[in-house]
Amino acid sequence: MTLLLDVQNVTKRFGGVTANESVSLQVRAGEIAGLIGPNGSGKSTLFGAIMGAFPLDGGEVMFNGAAISHIRVGPIVRSGLVRTYQQTRIYGDMTCMENMQVSSRASQGNVLSLLRLKARGADARAEDLLAFVGLHEKRFERAGRLSFGQQKLLEFAMALMCEPKLLLLDEPTAGINPTLINGLIDRLQRANKELGVTLLVIEHNMRVIMNLAEHITCLAHGRVLASGAPDRVRNDPRVLDAYLGAH
Amino acid sequence: MIDMFLDRVRAVPEWALLVGLGLIALAAPFVVPSLATQLAMLWLMVVFAQTWDVLGGQLGYNSFGNVIFFGIGCYACAVVQRDSGLPYYDALALGLLFAAVLALVSALLFGAALLGIRGHYFAIATLGLGIAAGELAAGWDYIGAGSGLAMPLFPGALGSRELFFYYVMFAIAGACFFTLRWIYGTRFGLAMNAIRDDEDKAEAMGLHTTAIKTVAWAISALFLGLAGGVAGNMLGFIDPRDVAFSGATFGVWMVLMAILGGKGTLWGPVLGAVIFHITKEFFWTYLLGWQRVALGLLIVVIVLYFPQGIMGWARARQQARAGVAT
Repeated sequence: MTLLLDVQNVTKRFGGVTANESVSLQVRAGEIAGLIGPNGSGKSTLFGAIMGAFPLDGGEVMFNGAAISHIRVGPIVRSGLVRTYQQTRIYGDMTCMENMQVSSRASQGNVLSLLRLKARGADARAEDLLAFVGLHEKRFERAGRLSFGQQKLLEFAMALMCEPKLLLLDEPTAGINPTLINGLIDRLQRANKELGVTLLVIEHNMRVIMNLAEHITCLAHGRVLASGAPDRVRNDPRVLDAYLGAH
Repeated sequence: MIDMFLDRVRAVPEWALLVGLGLIALAAPFVVPSLATQLAMLWLMVVFAQTWDVLGGQLGYNSFGNVIFFGIGCYACAVVQRDSGLPYYDALALGLLFAAVLALVSALLFGAALLGIRGHYFAIATLGLGIAAGELAAGWDYIGAGSGLAMPLFPGALGSRELFFYYVMFAIAGACFFTLRWIYGTRFGLAMNAIRDDEDKAEAMGLHTTAIKTVAWAISALFLGLAGGVAGNMLGFIDPRDVAFSGATFGVWMVLMAILGGKGTLWGPVLGAVIFHITKEFFWTYLLGWQRVALGLLIVVIVLYFPQGIMGWARARQQARAGVAT
């Protein structure tokens, strides 16, 4: 399989804190990859570094064969690399359908093309994706009124709406009702298989990530601690130490 | 009782409302000729409220300096009329074109400089921009400096001047309304709302946020510039601080009218402008001496009891009745 994302020795410091130190990570096209690590180990910072949210202090990020470490968020997103946030971010005063429609690839066009597109109206793809995450009957409700878990699902649907090649998910199951988590795992797998979206998932729930990911990277103190198949990472003594605090 | 009334209003189709209002507006200066200039001021207020709402309501950027584009329009048109040497109407047409273009271009420039800052900082920066513009104009001899500019005399018959500028101002308010109505119905309008709700998210979803914000401000400035050009001629005299860059009156009123009617809606600013202007004129007529106190109280009442505006209040009422939790 070809490499879709290649993070090479990325370093990011905030003042005296080194959030990522020489982190390398690869995601192959078509797979579901996992990123784990204790709180404060630099997972979300790595997502920010990949997405061009801030300048890097070292290293290089390659996406789909092109270096993206020196370009801004907008062009990176339009090239097919999209992320969701740990704290959900949706457009609260707009309906779910409007949230979906403004997230389509067409909405990423220039001003003139936006003026030629209708704001609302029938949109089969938006409706299908809302149905896919189980929010179809809420489609005309204001997104700000949804529960936290539902907003999380909406944000996931919005990300799928802009047809990403690679989707970075920051703790998709956090705050979601435990009985719904199985449904969410199923949806992540279907998005991967049926819609062909490669996934890189940050997750604290070990049961979820071990079942989901084909390849896991574990960070601790900003460095890569272990990387490989789920079973290998789970049984790695250094990973156990990092999580259970043997220091 | 109120709900029944609101339901009646909602039942009126938009085209019927537009045709009805249009006919009334066309006939009004003939029915009450003495109020022609007063009614033209009403249309100016409608333009003020609508153009402020483009940024303040739809895009979530509170600008306290939008009056600058009005002032630029005033002076741009006046200078062309003074110096072009063309016959009156030709000079006016050319002046209005120049006013619109100059306002639009300045919005693109100011947008590039200021639209990167957000929230309160943007509000303060634009406030400074408006005040600075007034002071600059008051010190620039080419445009009359502190003593202002007197506009050329209208060549038509007595009484035709008021009618002429009434219809021109009405046409600008109408063009502004239909342009915004079209824009809010496109994906551009939706993208503006997305930026209002969460700009970082909008950027992280690949929207061209900078271009969208700048173009939105330019559209707003275009109509303010046009209105400025006409208003200068209608009033006959341009004072830098009291007419063109009048932050304490026009600059504040445009914000209040949009809030009163309902920010972020198409009809809210129109409704807010009409109610505000009529109320204000009543205060000036019947409470002379206390008019500013009364206006101040009105502002307090608006902010306290209609924070979401009349349209927002009506929508909340409807939703409360339909049993949707707020």
